[in-house]
Amino acid sequence: MLSYILRRLGYAAIMLVLVSFVSFLIIELPPGDYLTKKLQDLQARGDRSAEMRIDEYRVRYGLDKPLMERYWIWISNFVKGDFGESFQFERPVTEILGNRIGFTVLMAVSVILVQWLIAIPVGVYSATHQYSIGDQIITTLSFIGLGMPGFLLALLVMFFAMVVLKQEVSGLFSQDFKDAPWTIAKFIDLLKHLWIPALVGSVTGIAGLVRIMRGNLLETLGQPFVEAARARGLKNSTVTWKHAVRVAINPLIIILGSETLPSVVAGNALVATVLNLPTVGPLYVSALQSQDMYLAGTVLIFIVFMTLIGNLLADLMLAALDPRIRLE
Amino acid sequence: MVENTKVEQEQISQAYLALVWWKFKKNKMAVIGGIIVVLFYLLCGVLAEFVSPYPLQYQSDYLEARPQRLVFKNTEGKFSLIPAVYGLEEHLDLVMRKRTYMVDETQIYPLALFPKAAEPYKLLGFIPLKRHLFGVNLKAAPGGYAFLFGTDSLGRDVLSRIIFGGRLSLLIGLLGQVGTLVLGSVMGAISGYYGGAVDIIVQRLTEFFGAFPDIPLFMALAAAIPIKWSPILVYFILTLILIFIRWGGLARQVRGLILSLREREYVLAAQSAGASDARLMFRHLLPGTLSHIIVIATLMIPGMILSETALSFLGLGLRPPLTSWGVLLQEVSTVRAIRFAPWLLIPLPFVVLAVLAFNMLGDGLRDAMDPYGGR
Repeated sequence: MLSYILRRLGYAAIMLVLVSFVSFLIIELPPGDYLTKKLQDLQARGDRSAEMRIDEYRVRYGLDKPLMERYWIWISNFVKGDFGESFQFERPVTEILGNRIGFTVLMAVSVILVQWLIAIPVGVYSATHQYSIGDQIITTLSFIGLGMPGFLLALLVMFFAMVVLKQEVSGLFSQDFKDAPWTIAKFIDLLKHLWIPALVGSVTGIAGLVRIMRGNLLETLGQPFVEAARARGLKNSTVTWKHAVRVAINPLIIILGSETLPSVVAGNALVATVLNLPTVGPLYVSALQSQDMYLAGTVLIFIVFMTLIGNLLADLMLAALDPRIRLE
Repeated sequence: MVENTKVEQEQISQAYLALVWWKFKKNKMAVIGGIIVVLFYLLCGVLAEFVSPYPLQYQSDYLEARPQRLVFKNTEGKFSLIPAVYGLEEHLDLVMRKRTYMVDETQIYPLALFPKAAEPYKLLGFIPLKRHLFGVNLKAAPGGYAFLFGTDSLGRDVLSRIIFGGRLSLLIGLLGQVGTLVLGSVMGAISGYYGGAVDIIVQRLTEFFGAFPDIPLFMALAAAIPIKWSPILVYFILTLILIFIRWGGLARQVRGLILSLREREYVLAAQSAGASDARLMFRHLLPGTLSHIIVIATLMIPGMILSETALSFLGLGLRPPLTSWGVLLQEVSTVRAIRFAPWLLIPLPFVVLAVLAFNMLGDGLRDAMDPYGGR
């Protein structure tokens, strides 16, 4: 087990270095980015303070040094927790991300909760009542859900809320509470707004999880050990939940690690952009739109970092649950 | 003797295809999906200029006009089986302080099948035509107009733009998929066939790309495309980026298939008979993976279409003057647009329909490609 963990950790570390280099290339790629523009502006001003700022930037980002050296400057600052400056907001990236990370985690946790709380019971029902009317309705709905991308659904929900219900759904707070300090009333207001993005962000995931859960459970239910459990006279619900579901849920853990954890950072960037949520996703989009590359690159690294950690955690969890994997 | 086996081989593969076709036909959802996909590519992809009532560049004087309702009346106002629309009358809404259009029931513009176009045009840029599929009967109602899905903020017909937008959106799915297919299966086949160092390199490459989440990486690369480049170039670069991001998954699957196929007796037999690497690969191994590849490819196309839509929607992908579904939806990304011109959302059901149809077709193909399996 230990050697397995070490191997996986070493592998993740190598990937991280490679990924950081690619992210740096992406930061450097756009020709008309903010830094270039800023330098041009400063040069046009031409006074003493402008020249000092240019020098400052040159040293800070190693502008006159070769690519590998610039990468080294950037990555060593990055490791120290200095992610560079967002030129769009004229503030350090750390500060901007810090403001949003709380809501991002909140959103991600609610989405994961909604997904699992709905998908697992529904998937189990669908499998234990195969070919019943309920199962067929669930299968059809999950099919549509899979084909319906979140951001388009978000647009539809916006339309319904605004045109049919005449209600605002944009953002996480009402106008009155936006800049108010935290109170119980503000928290209730948050809950009132939270459920729409949580639900919209979950739909595609729910559909996918239901289908996987159904397929796996059907396969598991046909296996001899389930029959043996039944033959011993265990209750149907015990057989399903304690014996079959425990085995059938394994692939879902992989999904939890590899898809859900990265969504903590960028998660549902598109849905969040449409619904105007104060999360990291829309920040990433707007940073890319205005080519604010240090901000965008930092978010990209964090997304990939989360993906790697997620994969690692999922693998370790599976190895803990399933001894066959450990021995490979 | 050689001829004999050839005939026999063809008979076997024909029997297999017949079984696949038979099983596919039984799956109603898949057949419907397939028909919708073909219709989309035919009507939007090939015949867009003919099907859409207005040309792509056409701008009317009616800005953000509501969709006109169909009524069954002739120009005199009597009942008629041929549908018509009422004219529009400009009207200033003093409360909202914006221009709106009222229905002018005295103006009736009957529609017609195959009406003469206002100007002759060229289908696909080289087949000259004078008529559209349908539109206002300009002979019966000179100066008439019909915007069944309303107009956008520049007075362009939304229906026509959806049809033209479908052409680019569907094409990027197809082009991207063909590219992914070629790159993915070649890399996968090489990796699976030769094994060793080549295999390790390709494997690590695919894993590396797999570590990046699709959409964020796609967004970052697309954002790096200089704004000054021509729209057509941007379109092709976007397609290339899509291929670049997606080939890994396919390569992995092909590699797995090739690995299992190369141990089969028929391949070993061909090898010991002295067949060359290329012959083994292209004559014996790749055809064996073809059915799987087709299924995977079909199921991947909707993802490609949605990626383009999402990116253009965010303003990172295709940009006007190009018209794609994502570009159309971008116009309705503001709260104001949804409130005052909700008909600009009409492209949305088309996107969902296309994606659903592809998924249904792909699912059906997957079941059908294994005709000996249960159920």
